[in-house]
Amino acid sequence: MAAQFLRRAVGSHTSSSALRRQFSTGAPITATLFPGDGIGPEIAESVKQIFTAAQIPIDWEEHFVGKEVDPRTQSFLTWESLESVRRNKVGLKGPMATPIGKGHRSLNLTLRKELNLYANVRPCFSLPGYKTRYDDVDLVTIRENTEGEYSGLEHQVVRGVVESIKIITRQASLRVAEHAFQYAKAHGRKRVSAIHKANIMQKTDGLFLKCCREVAEKYPEIVYEEVVIDNCCMMLVKNPALFDVLVMPNLYGDIISDLCAGLIGGLGLTPSCNIGEGGIALAEAVHGSAPDIAGKNMANPTALLLSAVTMLRHLELNDKADQVQNAVLKTIAEGKYRTIDLGGKSSTTDFTNAICDNLGIGST
Amino acid sequence: MSRRQSLQILKKFIPSITRCSTRSVTYMPRPGDGSTRKVTLIPGDGIGPLVTGAVEQVMDAMHAPIVFEKYDVHGDMKKIPEGVLESIRENKVCIKGGLMTPVGGGVSSLNVHLRKELDLYASLVHCFNVKGIQTRHDNVDIVVIRENSEGEYAGLEHEVVPGVVESLKVITKFCSERIAKYAFEYAYLNNRKKVTAVHKANIMKLADGLFLESCREIAAQYPTIEYNEIIVDNCCMQLVSKPEQFDVMVTPNLYGNLVSNVAAGIAGGTGVMPGGNVGPEHAVFEQGASAGNVGKLELVEQKKANPVALLLSSAMMLRHLQFPSFADRLETAVQHVIEEGKYRTKDLGGNSTTQQVVDAVLANLD
Repeated sequence: MAAQFLRRAVGSHTSSSALRRQFSTGAPITATLFPGDGIGPEIAESVKQIFTAAQIPIDWEEHFVGKEVDPRTQSFLTWESLESVRRNKVGLKGPMATPIGKGHRSLNLTLRKELNLYANVRPCFSLPGYKTRYDDVDLVTIRENTEGEYSGLEHQVVRGVVESIKIITRQASLRVAEHAFQYAKAHGRKRVSAIHKANIMQKTDGLFLKCCREVAEKYPEIVYEEVVIDNCCMMLVKNPALFDVLVMPNLYGDIISDLCAGLIGGLGLTPSCNIGEGGIALAEAVHGSAPDIAGKNMANPTALLLSAVTMLRHLELNDKADQVQNAVLKTIAEGKYRTIDLGGKSSTTDFTNAICDNLGIGST
Repeated sequence: MSRRQSLQILKKFIPSITRCSTRSVTYMPRPGDGSTRKVTLIPGDGIGPLVTGAVEQVMDAMHAPIVFEKYDVHGDMKKIPEGVLESIRENKVCIKGGLMTPVGGGVSSLNVHLRKELDLYASLVHCFNVKGIQTRHDNVDIVVIRENSEGEYAGLEHEVVPGVVESLKVITKFCSERIAKYAFEYAYLNNRKKVTAVHKANIMKLADGLFLESCREIAAQYPTIEYNEIIVDNCCMQLVSKPEQFDVMVTPNLYGNLVSNVAAGIAGGTGVMPGGNVGPEHAVFEQGASAGNVGKLELVEQKKANPVALLLSSAMMLRHLQFPSFADRLETAVQHVIEEGKYRTKDLGGNSTTQQVVDAVLANLD
């Protein structure tokens, strides 16, 4: 386990951009924060409290979902919110519930399209001390997020016959493959597995594989393999330790990333980060907004916290990332303060305070 | 006929009371049930000949009234050779090993071709905990019924412009209804309580929407069977955390492929789970999940493939042919060998060869 932490802690060393310079001069980084709906504001509060306690130099720019549809985005998200993410290039997002009704786009879809979030990255690791049926998970799923089965192109050919179109492009496949290998390299990962069904969808998934192979050639130090999705499913549930980094088209990514979340205890524990064009990173909690327990101080902020950690890693604030992550893991491992969903009795506040107390230990 | 001989024959029809608890009633065959039936056998590629060989040996040892018509088919052939389809059409029943599918080689999968040709629209995989195999999950007993003729496997693909490729998924009311009907009928006849439809209709609103609509219509005709729906990604997550909630699942083509592999994985592996494909006229039995997987070269060379899945599939076949007593004997023997734990292949934590497992099964046939 220690080796695993070390591996995660090694982090990114590729030089990048203005962000690093900004940090090295000591000026705080501005990040957009969407607390979201339901339990969102509570768990966002928890993140803010822990970040303050850890003295992380981030200024949050809070944005809420609007009450009316903004004609410029055709959605409840305002143009200003989107501009904020574009400007800051980093953001953190709590769960959002898309209001039911016609004439507007879903919030997640708006973010994805407007910010061109092309890759969804989910590090998935077993939490020490929290027992599930699998305790040897340490993998990262990287999902293409813009095309494939989610093109939305469907029509009825004749009565009773419907067609749905899956689109795979060279450009999007290369882009996500490139990110997967970059990620593997930056995070000290050894292997990238491309997940496909090219034995059946020979042209579409075939193109995806071809692009992955092209990119793989540029990274000779990283082992590249191809796994058929059905076999991948079977291997994952039998021995998840076989996998390291997985890269896949949209639908497969959707299914596999949720399957992996199931292995470690559900979406409430799984961090997620979306990568967009121009180096945008929007970290998010992928669980629901749980309106039934909203405002009751019962919610588990772990997913949002660990997502915030992925954001810190993206900013190359690796020491801080480790500090927060270790505090979260330690608190859960100790088992004294756990929220109800993890079989404990603690409130969100108690859990958050316990993490703050654990920040000092384990920091480097 | 000597007394001893007749006793042996009688023994065949009376399931052992000590071992078989599921079928304690004596099976009384109809006159003529012992007359032989012809079954088409396709050994296939890779581990196929090994595991179909196991089936041949076991059938022979049991004196099951079956004669095999063997045909050589390989995945790299351009089409299914002459006579194979005719044989299956005549015999109505076939058992086969996997046929290798070349990835991206411009050759379409013969496994899929066979299903299409014979209109084997339903694929059934039974995933259950086998006593004696340690797994991470208990109480798994899931039957995945998968639409086998359309959806993502339509094979309609083309390059729109260089670098942009399209693939069509086709869902029809006709196919959706008949698979739903099959699933509910299966649940009804096998005393199953619940049918779960797996979909992604939140994204593919029209295609998966049509599938769901068809399922709902059929569900209304079976008021005694509970019906619910689950999104495929959530389904996989639930399968790895709380598999006991599932009973019969009905799915479009691709999701069924994934769900059956997840279910097989949590129950003990694809080397154990039986299955088959059925259409209005014919049935083809093969390894349940990952039927197209022909195994690694190493496994073939060392002759260490697990024959259990196909042996259990052949038991399903025996039941399908209305030879329930033979099915019981075979299942009991296989179960006994697994429980004993002495002869197991590598995927079950042992180191036995295929033949060692088969010999153990033969020794346990009463």
